[in-house]
Amino acid sequence: MSLLEIEKLSLDIAGVPILNGVDLAIGEGEVMGLVGESGSGKSMTALAVMRLLPNAARATGRVAFDGIDVLAAPEAAMNRLRGDDIGMVFQEPMTALNPVKTIGEQVAEGIRWHTGASRADAEARARAMLDRVGLPESKFPLSRYPHELSGGQRQRVVIAIACALNPKLLIADEPTTALDVVLQAQILDLLRDLVSERGMGLLLISHDLAVVTDMADRITIMRHGEVMEAGETAPTLSRQEHPYTRQLARASMHVPDRKKHGPAAGGSSLEDLPPLLSVENVTRDYPGRRVSLFSKPEPFRAVDGVSFTLQAGQSTALVGRSGCGKSTLARMILALDRPTAGAIRLNGQEVSAMDEAALRPARRDMQVVFQDPYGSFNPRHEVERLVAEPLHLLEEKPSPARRREMVATALHEVGLSASDMDKYPHEFSGGQRQRLSIARAIITRPRLVVADEPVSALDVSIRAQVLDLFADLNQRLGIAYLFITHDLTVARAITDEVMVMHEGRIVERGRTGEVLDNPQSDPARALVAAAPDLHRALKRRMGEQGVA
Amino acid sequence: MTAFLAKRLGFGFLTLVVASVVVFAVMEILPGDPARVMLGMNATPEALETLRNQMGLNEPVLLRYLNWAGGLLTGDFGRSYTYSSPVVDLIGERVIVSLPLAIISLVLSTAIAIPVGIYAAARRGRAGDTVSMGAAQLGVAVPNFWFALLLIYVFAVWLRLVPAGGFPGWSGGIWPGLKSLILPAIALALPQAAILARVTRSAMLEVLGEDYIRTARAKGMPRRYVLWRHALRNAMIPVLTILGLQFAFLLAGTIIIENVFYLPGLGRLVFQAITQRDLIVVEGVVMLLVASVVVVNILVDICYALVDPRLRVRG
Amino acid sequence: MTAEPLPTRPSETTLLRAAFANRSFLIGFLITAAIAAMAVLSFFWTPYDVTNLVVADRMKGLSAQHPFGTDHFGRDILSMIMVGSRNSIAVAVVAVGIGMGIGVPLGCWAAARGGIVDEALMRLNDVVFAFPALLSAVMITAIFGPGAVNAIIAIGIFNIPVFARVARAGALAIWPREYILAARAAGKSGTLITVEHILPNIASILLVQGTIQFALGILAEAGLSYLGLGAQPPMPSWGRMLFEAQTRMMVAPHLAIFPGLAIVVTVLGLNLLGDGLRDVLDPKLRRER
Repeated sequence: MSLLEIEKLSLDIAGVPILNGVDLAIGEGEVMGLVGESGSGKSMTALAVMRLLPNAARATGRVAFDGIDVLAAPEAAMNRLRGDDIGMVFQEPMTALNPVKTIGEQVAEGIRWHTGASRADAEARARAMLDRVGLPESKFPLSRYPHELSGGQRQRVVIAIACALNPKLLIADEPTTALDVVLQAQILDLLRDLVSERGMGLLLISHDLAVVTDMADRITIMRHGEVMEAGETAPTLSRQEHPYTRQLARASMHVPDRKKHGPAAGGSSLEDLPPLLSVENVTRDYPGRRVSLFSKPEPFRAVDGVSFTLQAGQSTALVGRSGCGKSTLARMILALDRPTAGAIRLNGQEVSAMDEAALRPARRDMQVVFQDPYGSFNPRHEVERLVAEPLHLLEEKPSPARRREMVATALHEVGLSASDMDKYPHEFSGGQRQRLSIARAIITRPRLVVADEPVSALDVSIRAQVLDLFADLNQRLGIAYLFITHDLTVARAITDEVMVMHEGRIVERGRTGEVLDNPQSDPARALVAAAPDLHRALKRRMGEQGVA
Repeated sequence: MTAFLAKRLGFGFLTLVVASVVVFAVMEILPGDPARVMLGMNATPEALETLRNQMGLNEPVLLRYLNWAGGLLTGDFGRSYTYSSPVVDLIGERVIVSLPLAIISLVLSTAIAIPVGIYAAARRGRAGDTVSMGAAQLGVAVPNFWFALLLIYVFAVWLRLVPAGGFPGWSGGIWPGLKSLILPAIALALPQAAILARVTRSAMLEVLGEDYIRTARAKGMPRRYVLWRHALRNAMIPVLTILGLQFAFLLAGTIIIENVFYLPGLGRLVFQAITQRDLIVVEGVVMLLVASVVVVNILVDICYALVDPRLRVRG
Repeated sequence: MTAEPLPTRPSETTLLRAAFANRSFLIGFLITAAIAAMAVLSFFWTPYDVTNLVVADRMKGLSAQHPFGTDHFGRDILSMIMVGSRNSIAVAVVAVGIGMGIGVPLGCWAAARGGIVDEALMRLNDVVFAFPALLSAVMITAIFGPGAVNAIIAIGIFNIPVFARVARAGALAIWPREYILAARAAGKSGTLITVEHILPNIASILLVQGTIQFALGILAEAGLSYLGLGAQPPMPSWGRMLFEAQTRMMVAPHLAIFPGLAIVVTVLGLNLLGDGLRDVLDPKLRRER
């Protein structure tokens, strides 16, 4: 008999169906990967196992854990189960810990509750557990508060809480989605080690096929609240018998069609032309936090002496870990922030020294696409007004008819129809909104578009389509891109050149393929090694699970 | 923590300085000659002029401000024009009524509101929640002086349990004095309690929706434990804010309530002083009330830091 | 990736339907509308003339002729409450107008400029908050003389920092949004961004705060009139009616009951309206339901 058996689990929240007949089983010590795009119901499945569903949720079917009927058990029995036999790790480490309690209290609390241990004993066990997850007593005493730790460190505390009592099953719901790739690799390693050394079963929930392939013995693929396919990881993914599995796998490995061009492929002729963008020795300091009343605060240097140039029509990636200064650099290039020292020139003119009025021509030539397809639009404006916003930069205000015409063209270029003009942003899906965002960016026919993580909030299948659109616009309109991303797959898919940024400096630059295949600097090597790669993971799995 | 405290005290002092300038300036605009107030309508111009010189009223404005503000710092609030006694003495006589009144009503409203708010949040959407929040909704709408009139009618006029007004002083023992403060304290406390209960409930509900509550539940902690040990302390932060603001409301409320119950407190003193144009008394009492609001707000900030470790490091 | 509920911006008609399906909003709206209608009606018709003193009818209890009884001058209480509502509403409306008209631009300006402007404005706000509002209103009306106009100014001044604070907090929450960055990349000035993007998105919280301040204004006006500093006789006002009732309460409790109830019902209606509006307009709260 399996450790966890879910049979025909159906769930609705306030009458809206969420899950429909989900079957899933996990044996002792087994790692099960649960994959699906947003809205597939994978998180709700996990919460149903913990019976921590929202109040309005109604579940039917059977969930059996270690012989206990979870859906029917009294609350007291569930309290005994939670934290003792089933541990859970959540997606968002920044908010998962109580800000007013020390990490020691939060780890020891569950131990005391379940084992009745004395405060001293529970604290000793908490200390040992925190030490095991990589937070040694010497640097991270139990008296630390969550706000004194980084995101990765907080996720380690959450893992310590979940594993403190050696549960039989650990549920990890997107445990690394909020972290950068290097931290992701570290946390996944920690989870893998803990699971194998303590013989725990693991239900790993992720949208990332590469992560799951890397970790899981078996895989369950969900969509719209139903299980599409389940089986051993390598055979399932290599055979791709179910059409949705195939779609998901292909989208995860998608590389848009594009002719190589730019200086990297086009020879030396372009290098003689003046650069479109040149960043010269740019530094940005932020005032630091005052440590004591009398000492002057040390400034924090977010960007440190960065220089590079970008040619017209060239697509360049700026990659690096979170907090490396890449977004600050992007804001300075867009003249939304000013450098402390150094100069930024667009078409030879120093934008970093201009006032807002003088910037107008430069602003026409550079636009921006952001990460969050939900936060990028004023929810109270209709599409025409949203997309037309940069037309404010034109010297002559276009007539209403001309304005509609220009918006229609822009919408057409990003694959939307002119009839979408009178809708509001909430009527569009995430992927369509990102298209709107791109339409807004290209309406003034800029020569440079800065895109800050433009696809990282999108599901893989949508992500593939949006990447295609970026590639297509680069070909047709000759727009140069500066792609800011932490995702090397995206960089590889769409850029000619890549720059690796680390602690405010650019530590490596070169042709994308060369840097990613053969990184020279330590930060670049760390990024490449940590990046989940479906090809590589699948190859390794197939070796283990013996599939040709 | 010391840097935090120093900064807070600095801002508090700055607030008082600005407030003193405002109060002084407003009183300068106020029509009416203090010398005439003291000597009455029939005084000769010579007598008025002599008194003005004596009181320093003919000196330049800046000098008079500095004299007055300097006096405040050393505890010399000047002499009342109408009572002809030091303002400090007048305040001293009145504060022994107003301070107990303010404290009793603050304690009363907190003691009612916070448990009710927590109870309503814990029983969200059920009968207990609906009834207590309905009562709170009504309580917010009741003007405290009208509520005071109803209390007088029921408990003083009809049931004759307590006096309808006046204050016997503390010399006859604690109980008679306390007895005459019960109704005023209730009248002041109840509308405040209604607001505070609503704030407590919504703060609790907000916190109960946070991720860390789910983490605690996933640890196997029962609902009740999570409510008291995880949610309550986090919910106290907005509640403290309102508590600080309410203190100022409470002080202002005493002006009306002391008038309703004929209590010889600070509120009644300042109201009478305003109508009698006794500027120096008004200035002194207003500054005292502003200072007490500033002090309470500093105390609230210290409480924030005690509740929330994130605020302890901030300079 | 958890299933993120799509942030919705319902159209005006669905919003209106949702509003009237909300119990608080419906009751609050009906009460407020009734009070407003009563105030308007009082301009054209009241059961009796409130300036007409009929000594023979002094302090009559409830009867068919005088449903709420009469006062010590023999005036009809119902008529006085009707006429008094004008005063309460006018004072509260103008006071909210003063608070919004000055406070909202100040708050938006502080949020848009940040730095020293923001710090200075917020410190100034703290100074105003340190004055117990009613005390200062008493001072102001005492300086400039009692009367409805001065009561409006006194209450309005203390609405300014409230709206400044609410507008600033709302604007600060909008400024870091990506659509603001996009607008800046489109070369729009701080003022233009405030008008086009910030104000429409903080309008709902300002509306809710407006109903709260409206209710507080009615309470404050009643308090000032009770102290004799609001509207002056012969213009009836609810607070003054309560003051006059106090000494006669032993013989005629109805003198105190009805004006008080008028205040309670009006304030209750406005608070319910505000609560309902917040439920309907704030998507975060709506999602919880």
